[in-house]
Amino acid sequence: MGRISRLTLNPAMLILALMLAVAGCANKQTPNTAADLGLGGGSATPGSPQDFTVNVGDRIFFDTDSSSIRADAQQTLTRQAQWLGQYPNYQITIEGHADERGTREYNLALGARRAAATRDFLVSRGVPANRMRTISYGKERPVAVCDDISCWSQNRRAVTVLQGAGS
Amino acid sequence: MRQLLKTTMIIAAVTLGIAAAIAPARAVVEIDINRGVVEPLPIAITEFLSGNGVGAEISSIVEADLKRSGLFAPIGKDAFIEKISNPDAAPRFEDWKVINAQALVTGRVSQEADGRLRAEFRLWDVFGGQQLIGEQFFAQPANKRRIAHIIADTIYERLTGEKGYFDTRIVFVDESGPKTDRKKRLAIMDQDGADVRFLTDGRSIALTPRFSPSRQEITYMSYESGQPQVYLLQIETGQRELVGNFPGMTFAPRFSPDGQKVIFSLLRDDGNSNIFTMDLRSRNTTRLTNSNAIDTSPSYSPNSSQIVFTSDRGGQPQIYVMGADGSGQNRISFGGGSYSTPVWSPRGDLIAFTKQTGGEFQIGVMRTDGSGERILTSGFLQEGPTWAPNGRVIMFFRQKAGAGGPTLHSIDLTGRNEQAIPTPNFASDPAWSPLLNGG
Repeated sequence: MGRISRLTLNPAMLILALMLAVAGCANKQTPNTAADLGLGGGSATPGSPQDFTVNVGDRIFFDTDSSSIRADAQQTLTRQAQWLGQYPNYQITIEGHADERGTREYNLALGARRAAATRDFLVSRGVPANRMRTISYGKERPVAVCDDISCWSQNRRAVTVLQGAGS
Repeated sequence: MRQLLKTTMIIAAVTLGIAAAIAPARAVVEIDINRGVVEPLPIAITEFLSGNGVGAEISSIVEADLKRSGLFAPIGKDAFIEKISNPDAAPRFEDWKVINAQALVTGRVSQEADGRLRAEFRLWDVFGGQQLIGEQFFAQPANKRRIAHIIADTIYERLTGEKGYFDTRIVFVDESGPKTDRKKRLAIMDQDGADVRFLTDGRSIALTPRFSPSRQEITYMSYESGQPQVYLLQIETGQRELVGNFPGMTFAPRFSPDGQKVIFSLLRDDGNSNIFTMDLRSRNTTRLTNSNAIDTSPSYSPNSSQIVFTSDRGGQPQIYVMGADGSGQNRISFGGGSYSTPVWSPRGDLIAFTKQTGGEFQIGVMRTDGSGERILTSGFLQEGPTWAPNGRVIMFFRQKAGAGGPTLHSIDLTGRNEQAIPTPNFASDPAWSPLLNGG
């Protein structure tokens, strides 16, 4: 919920959040950033969490029952690594998530594997491992709640969450 | 704090004789529950006599238990001819034959000078013309529901030849609030959904509760420290304790059959998960699996010699069995689709599981070598089987498409008699207790 409350501080971000929700249930596409949505993100202060979320993309998506980093996700993570290199004071929590099409305990493990794969990719792009912690939420924290693939594909995700500190 | 768990202190049973029917002859009325299709047994359960309605309350709980088992068909009281005014005397069997009651239950509830309830009941074989059971129970009034469940268990056992499962409780995850920020807290209730009590406050997510064989303790997983970890919880005192001190997530806990160990998964730094046990006295930890895969959902066989678990070492989640020391890890599920959440039956002969195939989730059972797979129910999303202590009934949770959240259901091992279990909110992860009165 921390992210939502942060978003609502900024009217432009609220619109983005709504569009993500609407687009999520209407499309199989999974928009990563405001740029993907054609919104532009000019209003975010460089180096702010908003800048990271809007202009870099704070999340990547996975195929069903997979923790492989897809090509589109590699681009997002490469952008994340560059941004994190530019703003080195943020500590990072990587949340791994699964969709509801698996059983609870297995999905906790799957979310953990996705978080670890995401962390390892960021390490390979130069982000120090000691800046990052991982946590799995399994299928317990969906962002999209419809009962079809348009939502499941958004829920199979790893989210890079910036912790405190600031730039 | 309720006293329900201290069963040996509270509930005492005394066998009642009766002059009119002392011959302990073989009963005419019996149910063979091993047949594929069981015709429910017509049974007349009369209102237990009492001055204040507590008798009627207890007999109605007995009736509800037996009805929900699917093995009994209680006869409507409108059809009764004889009005029982003296439960100590033999009934007029002819009056009960006329309405085709195969079995008859009579009883009385009174209050002792010390405040305890005294509940007496008799089970009659109508066509055999004899008393099958006569017992009385003493308990504090707060335990009147338990008296009813124990009477129902006694009737069930006498007429089916198998232990009952009514004097049991369910621990589960109570789910409330929006799906994107759902509160998930532990709760406990009687097996029929009565007397719900919350065990955690919901400030952090709590999942996968499981009973210890002692019935006093639960192991579960919680996010309360920020990192998902396995805990122990004393039901009566609410005292909580972290299991071990591990660097990564610990999850999927269960007790060993003797209650001395907890078996669980530990996340490795590389993102894979392996199975460990911890001895709760010595705190010694033992690694049982070491695969580059997800190994989780371990469950002991009732004789502790083997462990069934889920692994995706072969590419997708499947069910494996190994020795209790981790030796001889062999896959047993080969039915097509993926398999998870295996749970060993308390009888030892079957493993219940969740299977995903063709876009559906199924609850099924197989023998412990993987043969004889039977699917009990299929649907959009259902998982997490747990066994009644007699191994005859399985409870699980289900979410229908568009339902917004999960609910609890039970189904017989035959795949028949599906029942919804009432809960105050959405509910998931049910775990069935052993029989409270000793099993």
